[in-house]
Amino acid sequence: MAEISIKDVCKSYGRTQILHGVDLNFRAGEFVVILGPSGCGKSTLLRMIAGLEEITGGEISIDGVVVNELEPRDRGCSMVFQNYALYPHMNVAANIGYALKVAGVPRAERTRRIVETARIVGLEELLDRKPAELSGGQRQRVAMGRAIIREPKVFLFDEPLSNLDAKLRVQMRVEIRRLHKRLSATSVFVTHDQVEAMTLADKLIVMNKGNVEQVGTPLEIYQRPRTRFVGSFIGSPAMNFFDSTVAPGGDFVLLDGIRLAIDPALGGDNAGSAVSAGIRPEHCRLVAAGTASSVPATVDFVEELGSGRIVHVEIDGRDFAVAMDEGQLVEAGTTVGLQLPAAHIHLFSLQTGLRLDDVPAVKRTIKTTVAA
Amino acid sequence: MNKRAVFKSWWLPILFAFPQLLLILFFFYWPATSVLTWAFSLEPAFGGVGERLFVGWDNFRDVFADTEYWQSVSLSLFFAFSATALSMFVAFVLAICVDRQLKGSGLFRFFYIWPYAIAAPAVGLAFRFIFAPESGLIAVVNTWSPDLWNPAKFGSHAMVLVIICFAWKWIGYNFIFMTAGLQSIPRSLIEASSMDGSGPVRRALDLQIPLLAPTLFFLLVLNLTESFVGPDTYGIVDLTTEGGPNKATNVMVYRIVSEAFRGLNYSGAAAQSLILIALIMVFTFIQFRYVERRVHYK
Repeated sequence: MAEISIKDVCKSYGRTQILHGVDLNFRAGEFVVILGPSGCGKSTLLRMIAGLEEITGGEISIDGVVVNELEPRDRGCSMVFQNYALYPHMNVAANIGYALKVAGVPRAERTRRIVETARIVGLEELLDRKPAELSGGQRQRVAMGRAIIREPKVFLFDEPLSNLDAKLRVQMRVEIRRLHKRLSATSVFVTHDQVEAMTLADKLIVMNKGNVEQVGTPLEIYQRPRTRFVGSFIGSPAMNFFDSTVAPGGDFVLLDGIRLAIDPALGGDNAGSAVSAGIRPEHCRLVAAGTASSVPATVDFVEELGSGRIVHVEIDGRDFAVAMDEGQLVEAGTTVGLQLPAAHIHLFSLQTGLRLDDVPAVKRTIKTTVAA
Repeated sequence: MNKRAVFKSWWLPILFAFPQLLLILFFFYWPATSVLTWAFSLEPAFGGVGERLFVGWDNFRDVFADTEYWQSVSLSLFFAFSATALSMFVAFVLAICVDRQLKGSGLFRFFYIWPYAIAAPAVGLAFRFIFAPESGLIAVVNTWSPDLWNPAKFGSHAMVLVIICFAWKWIGYNFIFMTAGLQSIPRSLIEASSMDGSGPVRRALDLQIPLLAPTLFFLLVLNLTESFVGPDTYGIVDLTTEGGPNKATNVMVYRIVSEAFRGLNYSGAAAQSLILIALIMVFTFIQFRYVERRVHYK
């Protein structure tokens, strides 16, 4: 268990800057997930913690020790790679035990710990196999075994599940969470999959273009996205957006000429400003056409999910996704009314992308977002 | 799917193959049959087919009875193994350094490949000057203590000289293959091993050598064969030591050529050639039979 502190960390390759001053603190034993689209710098940040990338500026410390100049082996981290990075010429036992062999642990002790680790990750039967003879899930287990046998202070996961098929991914996700509970080392998990991020994280960090957009619990981030980007990135199907202007009174926005009430606390100080309004598909409601305070919409098509359906409606040439329960049925081509409850409308500044009613809790985020 | 161009006529393919066939005929089959006939007959030194005498295995008996020949065989073996070991070891170290992208590795990669493009006699000539005991770059060591380095006087020095020459030339060749091989090892494997705590040397031994084994095996066979019988060996020995001093560098290839064309003992040289070919076959067989088994092909 160790806490990790990242202070104003930058990374550039030549003149291209990848990370623009990242400030983060991970508490000991926390399961931290870094989420972001590809190229946002999340893997680079992870590799900098691991010691596989040099730190251009700033400071990373693990357990109070600045590790900027330390070799990977001296940082007390272990890592699970995206492609597993198993040693192809060694069998499972040798792969798992390699770190101990390098550390000069006596053979008897080594064998004991390999067997114990293999039991934890469920590989007892396969210790003599070579990686080429294993399935994707089994390779993933070997990679995890190799990481946990060192009893590290910090676990780093670099998109470890993205090479697995969907079913296995869910299963491994549960196992990783269980493993974390059992070992309680600080874990940092990088992914571009928001479901993975939401389900695994104690603390979720959303990154975009080399900046941290938001830090919080998954629920906080889902309920109060700090930026338009976070709103659009978290949640599936994605949040619906439309551009509008806050009315002079600060109490409504217009969509296709219809007044949509908003929380006055939201709009109050921002009367007249151009906004991007967002609402999640699960918060939209479809009602009969002509119902009061509903926007007339045409049903474009319906995506069937079994447990429910996603209805795509069109308003003024713009697509809105609406999540509906199993019971409700809608025909494509019909005209309906779309209701957007005020409590669920998020307003983001059109210029900065920042949430309008946000209290700037983390100064850095705002500064960098504006700069970007 | 089997894509083949089938020639309709018989003369066109023959025409295409003709230049190559001609070359093979003149430079391979003709010499090979000559060697075969010479090896089993007493070839007159100044030509004249009529006087050729078939002598069966007598030439071989003569060769085997000659202690100088056996000395040459052991010299060749020593030379081949030392030169191969030296050139492969140095090439491997250089390739690892370039693979780690140490500072300036791009430039050095370029320089390391150059020596292979130089003809062996030219290498020999250059090294002869560099290592000349009285006036070469190395001559300074003789001011510390006389005869610290004198390949013209001491057989062991001469042997060291030819080994260095051969290794220097072949480092470039080995380097190319090793660099290519190292670069095909996924970077994440190297990273994983450094997370597991291994330093550069440990990584090379545990990871890079085993994964490079097919390449190393190929280079081993090639280097041993080349140093044992290759034209480079002849060229280097000829230009640096001429087999001397006191036949201390009289390796098999050099001995064959000098016996045949200076000593005019065609029959003896032909017999030695055949023995050399047989030795190479045995060598290669051993390597494939026993060494390749331990090679891990991905």
